[in-house]
Amino acid sequence: MTNTTVNKIMPTAKSFSLSSLNTQAYRFFRWVLPPIFGLFLLVVIWALISEKTPELPGPIKTWASAVELFSDPFYDHGINDKGVGWNILASLQRVGLGFGLAALIGIPLGFIIGRFEFISRMTAPVISLLRPVSPLAWLPIGLLVFKAANPAAIWVIFISAVWPMIINTAVGVGKVPQDYMNVAKVLNLSEWKIVTKILFPFVLPYMMTGVRLSIGVAWLVIVAAEMLTGGVGIGFWVWDEWNNLNVEHIIIAIFVVGIVGLLLELILTQIAKRFSYE
Amino acid sequence: MEKANADKYVQLEHVDMTFHTKKGTFNALKGINLNIKEGEFISIIGHSGCGKSTVLNLIAGLLQPSEGLLFCAGREIAGPGPERAVVFQNHSLLPWLTCFENVYLAVERVFSTETKAQLEARTHAAIELVGLSHSSDKRPNEISGGMKQRVGIARALAMEPKVLLLDEPFGALDALTRANLQDELMKIMAKSGCTAVMVTHDVDEAVLLSDRVVMMTNGPSATIGEILEVNLPRPRARLELAEDKEYNHLRSEVLRFLYERHAKKSA
Ligand SMILES: Nc1ncnc2c1ncn2[C@@H]1O[C@H](COP(=O)(O)OP(=O)(O)O)[C@@H](O)[C@H]1O
Ligand SMILES: [Mg+2]
Repeated sequence: MTNTTVNKIMPTAKSFSLSSLNTQAYRFFRWVLPPIFGLFLLVVIWALISEKTPELPGPIKTWASAVELFSDPFYDHGINDKGVGWNILASLQRVGLGFGLAALIGIPLGFIIGRFEFISRMTAPVISLLRPVSPLAWLPIGLLVFKAANPAAIWVIFISAVWPMIINTAVGVGKVPQDYMNVAKVLNLSEWKIVTKILFPFVLPYMMTGVRLSIGVAWLVIVAAEMLTGGVGIGFWVWDEWNNLNVEHIIIAIFVVGIVGLLLELILTQIAKRFSYE
Repeated sequence: MEKANADKYVQLEHVDMTFHTKKGTFNALKGINLNIKEGEFISIIGHSGCGKSTVLNLIAGLLQPSEGLLFCAGREIAGPGPERAVVFQNHSLLPWLTCFENVYLAVERVFSTETKAQLEARTHAAIELVGLSHSSDKRPNEISGGMKQRVGIARALAMEPKVLLLDEPFGALDALTRANLQDELMKIMAKSGCTAVMVTHDVDEAVLLSDRVVMMTNGPSATIGEILEVNLPRPRARLELAEDKEYNHLRSEVLRFLYERHAKKSA
């Protein structure tokens, strides 16, 4: 019992020593203060602009509205009036589906393109032609083919998320050092072993970069797509609140979209770190 | 075409190698003729860029000659094969596999009919042979350069090759580590009795380890300039040889070839 008490006291005593206090202060000034200051500045500028523009609600008014909104995020008053939580989940589900399909097709395709020069040359013009097209331009095609709004939105997510995964995976495969391929040849490894023991581990970090870029694009696009397709979703919610002229809710939606995007990015960065062999 | 002959275990006949690059063609090797005896230790020495690695890669089957033929044990070399194992210049271990797994990958393929236990035993034996049993579960980036090269040697030896091909295996190591590994390689080769071809640019290494030193002229169109017989008795001890007259004579022969007759114009 006494032992554990001592162990508990020791680090506390240490952390109050002068030198560690200094490093703590240093860390605070270097890593904590600047971001807080940046966010504070954003709020101040927003407050100043809203002072001059009566239509734009200020931070305090928006905060009050947000507290009210998030006190009951999962209410359900029929198809066109659901809590903000439902809307976020609906958008996440669409992104998940479109993004998952894109990974399922984009990653293997990237491997094939990276591995076989003929296929790489064959697909290069198609990719260069289609990739710069704005994702929303694909929406009418989706509506036409699927004859429903929801699959069309998922289709738009798919088409915008698939390119970074194809391209990054293919680039990774192209960068596999000749040394490793020589090892594969000298050891006479089967194509399966080459893929699982050499290509896949090497390409994984490139692939994860593609996945991260994809999820970013997908989340960017979903808001715009939902504005056009309607239904339940954060994008449609923004549009609906614009029609209701509830500007506080639009500003809240902007923050929500930003925060969810940030979280998605963080989660994927963590996963990517897990997979790195360095 | 039965050419299996202990005196001509590995054969290079009129081998030319021309590379076709974007900048045009480059004739790296011209008219290489070499017969390697079974169990012999051959060094290939020459200035950097003369084509030593190219010769080795041709024997390994990683490259195909533009002209001429290569044979191993009487059969034409058509590609890489398990009877010819390679120790690469920069170890080329897969960084995401442990030392054990790196060696196992080679063993698994060569002895595909054996059970898992047998394969694991082989892997352990090869790692023990190079004195790395304690590090077998470490990844390459957790061990020193010398240890990595040992794993590379273990991986090659575990395949029980007839011919061991080594491309500047100790080039990146410090002098002490290099000397240690050279001594160990000599012991291992004496035990296994397999044929070895080693590329090097280290004169002492060449003379100390080899039965014959193949000296190459400078490229382009590099070829074999001279072949030096090293008739020093084995086992060879580095310290005694340092004062040995014959050893020093052979050493200066190689030096004279490299720095007088075929000096590389300063780049
Ligand atoms: N794949 C290749 N394509 C074009 N040129 C090559 C290739 N491999 C080697 N060479 C050229 O052939 C020459 C010999 O190379 P190499 O065998 O690596 O030399 P060494 O191992 O003796 O330093 C060099 O001039 C090199 O640039
Ligand atoms: Mg070389």
